[in-house]
Amino acid sequence: MSIAEEVECLRRIPLFANIDTSKLKLLAFTSERMSFRAGDVLFHQDDTGTCAYILMSGEAEVMVNGPGGPVPVATLASNEIVGEIAILCDVPRTATVRAATDLETLCVPKDHFFQLITEFPQMGLEIMRVLAHRLEQTTLRLREVLSGQR
Amino acid sequence: MESSIFQFILRHSTRHQVVLTIMTLASFPFLYASLDLPKRIVNEAIAGKKLPETFLGFHLDQVSYLWVLCGLFLILVVLNGWFKYIINTYKGRLGERMLRRLRYELYVRVLRFPLPRFRKMSPGEIIPMITAEVEPLGGFIGDAIAIPVFQGGTLLVYIAFIFIQDPVLGAAAVSLYPFQGWLIPRLQRKVNQLGKQRVRAMRQIADRIGETVSGIQEVHTHDTAAWHLADLSHRLGDVYDIRFEIYQRKFFVKFLNNFINQLTPFFFYAIGGYLVIHGRLSFGALVAVLAAYKDLAAPWKELLDWYQQKEDNRIKYEQVVEQFHVPDLLEDRLLSAEEDLPLRGTLTFQNVGFGEDGGSRVLEAVSCDIPLDGHTAVIGIGSGRDELAQLAARVLLPSSGQIRLGETDYTSLPESVTGRRATYVGATPYLFSASLYDNLVYGLRHRPMRAGEHEEPPERRRRRLSESMLSGNATYDTRADWIDYAAAGCDGPADLKARILKVLTLVNLDDDVYAMGLSRTVDPEQRPEVASAVMEAREAMRAMLEENPDLGRLVERFDPARFTMNSSVAENLLFGTPVGPIFQPDALASNPYVLHVLDKVGLTDRFLEIGHKVAETMVELFAGLPPGHEFFERFSFIGFAELPEYQALLARTAKDGLGALRPAERTRLMSLPFRLIPARHRLGLITPEGEKRLLEARRVFAEDLPADLRGAVAFFEPDTYNAAASIQDNILFGKLVYGQAQVHSKVGRILADLVNRLHLRDIVMEVGLDHPVGVAGSRLSAAQRQKAALARAMLKRPDVLILSEATSGLDTASQNKVHSAIMEDRKGCGLIWVLHRAALARAFDRVIVLKDGRIAEQGRFEDLSKPGTVLHEMMAAE
Repeated sequence: MSIAEEVECLRRIPLFANIDTSKLKLLAFTSERMSFRAGDVLFHQDDTGTCAYILMSGEAEVMVNGPGGPVPVATLASNEIVGEIAILCDVPRTATVRAATDLETLCVPKDHFFQLITEFPQMGLEIMRVLAHRLEQTTLRLREVLSGQR
Repeated sequence: MESSIFQFILRHSTRHQVVLTIMTLASFPFLYASLDLPKRIVNEAIAGKKLPETFLGFHLDQVSYLWVLCGLFLILVVLNGWFKYIINTYKGRLGERMLRRLRYELYVRVLRFPLPRFRKMSPGEIIPMITAEVEPLGGFIGDAIAIPVFQGGTLLVYIAFIFIQDPVLGAAAVSLYPFQGWLIPRLQRKVNQLGKQRVRAMRQIADRIGETVSGIQEVHTHDTAAWHLADLSHRLGDVYDIRFEIYQRKFFVKFLNNFINQLTPFFFYAIGGYLVIHGRLSFGALVAVLAAYKDLAAPWKELLDWYQQKEDNRIKYEQVVEQFHVPDLLEDRLLSAEEDLPLRGTLTFQNVGFGEDGGSRVLEAVSCDIPLDGHTAVIGIGSGRDELAQLAARVLLPSSGQIRLGETDYTSLPESVTGRRATYVGATPYLFSASLYDNLVYGLRHRPMRAGEHEEPPERRRRRLSESMLSGNATYDTRADWIDYAAAGCDGPADLKARILKVLTLVNLDDDVYAMGLSRTVDPEQRPEVASAVMEAREAMRAMLEENPDLGRLVERFDPARFTMNSSVAENLLFGTPVGPIFQPDALASNPYVLHVLDKVGLTDRFLEIGHKVAETMVELFAGLPPGHEFFERFSFIGFAELPEYQALLARTAKDGLGALRPAERTRLMSLPFRLIPARHRLGLITPEGEKRLLEARRVFAEDLPADLRGAVAFFEPDTYNAAASIQDNILFGKLVYGQAQVHSKVGRILADLVNRLHLRDIVMEVGLDHPVGVAGSRLSAAQRQKAALARAMLKRPDVLILSEATSGLDTASQNKVHSAIMEDRKGCGLIWVLHRAALARAFDRVIVLKDGRIAEQGRFEDLSKPGTVLHEMMAAE
């Protein structure tokens, strides 16, 4: 898969949807391609995060440590990004992510991600928008949950 | 050491000086004859007066007589020249021997300096003294006696000659010499003082430069370059002033001399001319006297120059030697004696004090017993701990009090005992600029043990040996095997290597040395066993990678028939490792042979196109970034500074096409594709068709390679060891695949398993021992240096091992590991350990607690660790 395809893939991710092609190309070029075999672990819960992964093909499982061992909480597919929380704010990984099938990812190191945001504020704005959107969604759900409890 | 240069000369070279003087005197008659002969040629043979009837029993006519005299003259010229040649050679040799002796003696003194001396004297001062400052002395020593004798003799001969011709003229010729002899030393005295000042000033400059080099980090940290520049400029200014004044005075002396010398001919022309006119002196005699006087000026000038030189060298010698006259120099016996005495029993400190002259005492009234079969911990607050350790190792000598070993005075033991039976390791040990192996066995090299192999012919060796003796130098053979295997408990080199590996494991340096070994290259001709073991490992690696596809995915092996996606295009073309600069990746685009190969397979245009695309992509990706952004360094094929040029180039090719490029621009574009690594850069520029063409180019490159370039590349051949590649690369024989998670650590593990399985680890570590540690060990980390120094000390198996915070640079995990390994290894043997944490003293038999240079308490740990003790207090504070 070449840079051009990676850029196409990035474009389909909401976080990057409105960002210039040339910037995405730069992001792709400076990121490393990383393949995982089914069963390989991308990162463990509570590790320090150094990069975010963009799934290009294959599926990954998100698992959270429960009292009786890891509990699968979600499945991710292509064009999704995982691990971005740990690189945006310095918190340990909130879950373990494991490759469910053979997996192709683009690994975006934390410092590159930040450098790109500093160089191209438009990208920062875009991310702010996406995060605000997510916050709004979360708040909405919280409200639903709270009203359901009552 | 002799305090004046003449004492030094007479003490060590009287015989030679006498021989020189005899040779010089022997040359006089010939010199005199060569002066007399011209007069006879002019007066007798040419003028035809007083023609002798017979000459040596032969009857000769005037012309034959002229031939004979001229023949004689020619013989004399040759003889005089020969004398000069012999004497000069002899002088030169004598001077060099004496210089060698002087330097050697100074160096011996450096070795005998008491350690505190080095706090006052820097290498910057010592080095120029032994090397540059004494250099002119060599030239002078040969001349010291010979010149005054020779030139003085010559002068006397000339003067005598003139006196014989005419006493009055003779008196006239030398009339001003007494005046000169009185005046010149007076003028010289001031020059001498200035000379002394100059030497001192130069030494300080050397010292400052040395300090700047050592403290260069601080200079940059604190932005003090300007201050240092000003300081140096000021000092250079001082030297300039001194030198300028020296010149003025020196040349004034010269001017005065010349003037006085020119006065004398005045007397000759006046008085001599008068005498000739009145017939009281023959014309021939006046000519000869004038000729002699012309020659007189030369030796006289030489004598005066010699005097100036003598003064100059006298001062140089005295100024150097006085620096090496240290009152408490170590006795020579301590360094040279060959004694052996096991260090057993108890080391007893009685009222020991240590401090610098006039300074405060770091240790005061220390009295303690240290049993040499047990483990003693030294801890404390304030100064003196390290000094106590160094005193116990006899590296330092006490300023007051006594250290006894049973009945023996410990401080009077020679280093052949203390330097072999005891070993001290400090916190910042020194490593010498050599291989790690040489540094580890350093502590076993006390004296030559076995004759070594020599390439030199024995004749030359004998000559060099006798030359060493003539200069009073050491006659030890550096090529001999100096390693004392028995001291390390080994019976030979192979056994020693095995023991070194054990010790390395003990100090936790084994993994580091293994890693060093993996990244080193080995010459398969010199070490065929390593090469064949590595080839075996390569084969095993190949089998493993082929059997297990999960592992096979991690490494892309080199295959002559396949394009390596994880290698750069340059590497794919060469299919080998460049040796030397010719085929380095950056040089390929301008290498005529490489261009020829590309042409031949028809790749040149394709390369240009790819280069053009790469340039386009780079400009597109990186043009928006600010200058100096780290992405340029890490990812871009083009530096920020070059961007505008590439932009212009691209704009022009867009208009006129690639054909319009200038040669330099073509090279520039051609250089880009070589750096492409298809699997990493993913630009999609190397198509399957391109791969095929590049493989063709690879084949042509190897086939057509001219003989003179054959040495510039070591090809990858599946069945041959690659001498230019590291052991690791030789085993892998391929590239790590980009984009495989944790590929480095995974392959590292596979490699380590493989190496262990094939019992290769020891071989790799042995290769790692060849790793050069750099100047003062700078190519090792601080922790590695400490571990290496520990290993060096343990290898010696000393009776008592003295450690002073010798593991402070290690991380806690390896510190714990190394501590317990050392304690275990030293069970039942002497161990004195200055600890940086009081709690660590728990494992020791005895504890000595220092407070501000005095012993606060000593005894068993259990007895001391009660509330109210200093030890308890210290542990509470940790």
